[in-house]
Amino acid sequence: MSLTDQLLAQNTVKLDSKIPAGPMADKWNSYKDNMKLVNPNNKRKFKVIVVGTGLAGASAAATLAELGYQVDAFTFHDSARRAHSIAAQGGINGAKNYKGDGDSIHRLFYDTVKGGDFRAREANVHRLAENSVDIIDQMVAQGVPFAREYGGLLDNRSFGGAQVSRTFYARGQTGQQLLLGAYQQFSRQVGLGGIRLFNRTELIDVVVIDGHASGIVVRDLVTGELQSHAAHAVVLATGGYGNAFFLSTNAMACNVTAAWRAHRKGALFANPCYTQIHPTCIPQSDDSQSKLTLMSESLRNDGRVWVPTNPNETRPAHEVPENERDYYLERLYPSFGNLAPRDISSRAAKRAVDKGLGVGPKKNGVYLDFADAINRLGREVVEERYGNLFEMYERIAGENPYEQPMRIYPASHYTMGGLWVDYELMTNIPGLYAAGEANFSDHGANRLGASALMQGLSDGYFVLPYTIGNYLAPMLNKAIPGTDHPAFKAAEEEARIRFNGYLASGGTKSPDYFHRELGKIIWDYCGMERTEEGLKKALSDLPALYDEFKTDLRVTGNGESMNQTLEKAGRVDDFFQLGMLMCKDALDRQESCGGHFRAEYQTEEGEALRDDENYCHVSAWQWGGDPMKPNLNVEKLEFEEVHLATRSYK
Amino acid sequence: MSHNLKNITLKIWRQDGPQAKGNFETHVIDEITDEASFLEMLDILNDKLVHDGKEAVVFDHDCREGICGTCSLMIDGQAHGPQRGTATCQLHMRQFQDNATITIEPWRASAFPLIKDLMVDRSAFDRVIESGGYITAETGGAPDANLIPIPKPIADAAMDSAECIGCGACVAACPNGAANLFTAAKVAHLNRLPQGQAERYSRVENMVETMDEHFGSCTNHGECEAACPKEISIDVIALMHKDYRKAKFANRKDLARK
Ligand SMILES: Cc1cc2nc3c(=O)[nH]c(=O)nc-3n(C[C@H](O)[C@H](O)[C@H](O)COP(=O)(O)OP(=O)(O)OC[C@H]3O[C@@H](n4cnc5c(N)ncnc54)[C@H](O)[C@@H]3O)c2cc1C
Ligand code: SF4
Ligand code: FES
Repeated sequence: MSLTDQLLAQNTVKLDSKIPAGPMADKWNSYKDNMKLVNPNNKRKFKVIVVGTGLAGASAAATLAELGYQVDAFTFHDSARRAHSIAAQGGINGAKNYKGDGDSIHRLFYDTVKGGDFRAREANVHRLAENSVDIIDQMVAQGVPFAREYGGLLDNRSFGGAQVSRTFYARGQTGQQLLLGAYQQFSRQVGLGGIRLFNRTELIDVVVIDGHASGIVVRDLVTGELQSHAAHAVVLATGGYGNAFFLSTNAMACNVTAAWRAHRKGALFANPCYTQIHPTCIPQSDDSQSKLTLMSESLRNDGRVWVPTNPNETRPAHEVPENERDYYLERLYPSFGNLAPRDISSRAAKRAVDKGLGVGPKKNGVYLDFADAINRLGREVVEERYGNLFEMYERIAGENPYEQPMRIYPASHYTMGGLWVDYELMTNIPGLYAAGEANFSDHGANRLGASALMQGLSDGYFVLPYTIGNYLAPMLNKAIPGTDHPAFKAAEEEARIRFNGYLASGGTKSPDYFHRELGKIIWDYCGMERTEEGLKKALSDLPALYDEFKTDLRVTGNGESMNQTLEKAGRVDDFFQLGMLMCKDALDRQESCGGHFRAEYQTEEGEALRDDENYCHVSAWQWGGDPMKPNLNVEKLEFEEVHLATRSYK
Repeated sequence: MSHNLKNITLKIWRQDGPQAKGNFETHVIDEITDEASFLEMLDILNDKLVHDGKEAVVFDHDCREGICGTCSLMIDGQAHGPQRGTATCQLHMRQFQDNATITIEPWRASAFPLIKDLMVDRSAFDRVIESGGYITAETGGAPDANLIPIPKPIADAAMDSAECIGCGACVAACPNGAANLFTAAKVAHLNRLPQGQAERYSRVENMVETMDEHFGSCTNHGECEAACPKEISIDVIALMHKDYRKAKFANRKDLARK
């Protein structure tokens, strides 16, 4: 019996993925044909809480309000427009085949399943590819100024892991323009009264009554006040947990609290060890650095990655002759070249730097060189395509990339893991949904570029508005627990004790100090390359540091006014607990797949070696009362449409 | 190559809340690498304050890439500091010299009430957008994206104004606390596009009137353009006024018939 089947027999939670029957291409339509409906006049009798106003949250809240549901939306940001989606640069995929280069829904589906190293749920991915087409139409209708060709039609570019041009973009600010589109649609509903907006308000706990999600407890960040909100359903669209590494390309405030608190209330956390390390970020320059900056993957359309062949090279890049350069991606992966997928490109960069071939003052980067592109296309075209990225690079690195190649190095960027959800995007807690980066569903062990924006909008615009109705329909005219229910009071009290505890801890070190140290452990042992030995070390270092956090934390100020140190303490606490789960999961998965690379499991050529016999499953962890003692549940992955194959980009 | 800056004096505005009295507090940073960003310098200061048992300075920030519009500091009297076309978070210490004294204040504008220290409430911007800064296109039923070709120059011009990050520097820099650049940037983005034509005049009318409820009036100082980290051109304001006049004075029925 395979390990997957043995584990399946031991599950303590029933994990029903609810994949509709029928051929892959018909599943979503057949779901929609058969789901329960709420009559338009009855929709206003239901209240839905949406936490998060990124692409997933804003599109879900706007659409649900348009349908007539009462929506309460929450964000810890000062405005819905600030969600981290705003920072996405490169683009969004859509299987429009506008270029006539052979793209199709099936091909996008296939590329995504393969890109995810065969660890995603096929049916979800197919639906995502189907919705990708409608997303582009919807966003253009919202006024998103995507790049156009001279004839006035939409332009496309290529992204890693694809051999067609299907990526739509708005200069280097695609996420900004998409989020502003969704935010405007959301704001219209705020103006019309369909959405009540709670800004600068952070979710602190999820309330579950009789097994159903019944509401949330939040903290008003300006006054410190705790409040309860009840609803018929709760959507968490709260983003990813890449900041567990401390240094990452995520915005400073991104955190795991919402998902983690739901996890502690019973929601399973799936594949926490699937994290994406993005190959093209600006290398760290000094120890005080607070975050790393991404240079969009789109740069790899025209930039060539190389390192000098001589570890002692001291000449400036342009003086290094061609025969003393190693364009290692082009050499190792000739058919994809510089556009090899992220996990593969990142590991290749790490190997070059580990061999001492790194460039820059700290020898901690590789070159991304535009000299050929500038010769071939002219500086103007390069400027038109990447001008703002070049400017951003110059501002941070103090070097001009038109004259010197950029220096890049991988950094934590995206998290494929997240709350376990079924086909309806519902967690194992009825009425609790997770959307966007916060769920685990569509990218398997590695996400392809330009697919996260697509997934956020697919979940929010075209999935949740249907599936939530299917859950709510039978609840019509049934009373739900109000915020006076003891479970709300208990959750508020627990939160009060927790936050007062941080204030009273009276130690000597700031939450930031602990975050940095915690991040270092996770990066060193649960980053681009993992080993049994390293993970075991992390699992002994993390609890020790966590104990120190509990006794030696210092939070100044009070709990009755804006206090960013206090906010941070709560978030770091949750990152500690998640960090332990990430390492547990990485240790447990004795294979390499996508972003999870275990050094013990690799081919002779150093590529990831999957074990489909024993690990073709989702690892969904249940909170066990202690962060070091989670319970494993699995969902077996069955592939009907795509054949399990070794992922090759040669 | 990087070098260390020495002896930087910071004069930072501290204020407990909207009603409290504020004052400048002085801190000295003995040494800091010029590779550090301005906000990383404040991180270092805050870490030290917490270590010394004092309350950290409250300031807004998030992406640190100049795109989310959260950061908002008045540095030596200039919104976002001395470097043109640069948000506070993208400012690096290379822009400063040894022994510099740097004054740091919050955005000051009556439409942006202070929350604490350097943090203000910019919700009035959201109210302007809610009143009309959108295209009504409810989810589902959108036509094919390539149905209406949009000439590249028009799409590019729309994008130029759509780049606004909603930071509020334009308001903070304006002697009248006007929000014309912000509002006009959104009007120009949407009113230029074919998709935005149906609501062109109601949009501009509603947005301008909501803006006037919250913000001061524009008297053409041009400080907004100079402070804008996205270098949004002041020309958008003329476009907004033109559309607003049309919306107000022309016969609506006539317009609809055209
Ligand atoms: C630098 C960068 C570039 C990227 N570029 C691309 C790209 O080119 N293409 C692509 O497809 N993807 C890209 N990605 C990935 C993509 O941007 C994200 O995965 C996606 O935007 C996430 O959207 P979301 O709606 O799930 O979450 P987010 O946009 O992160 O929104 C989370 C929301 O939840 C709220 N929130 C979180 N926790 C709480 C809480 N406890 N209480 C209240 N509110 C809470 C936040 O306030 C926010 O509103 C990029 C990511 C980065 C970091
Ligand atoms: S117009 Fe410029 S200064 Fe004003 S909010 Fe927009 S980006 Fe900021
Ligand atoms: S922190 Fe996002 S723009 Fe400055």
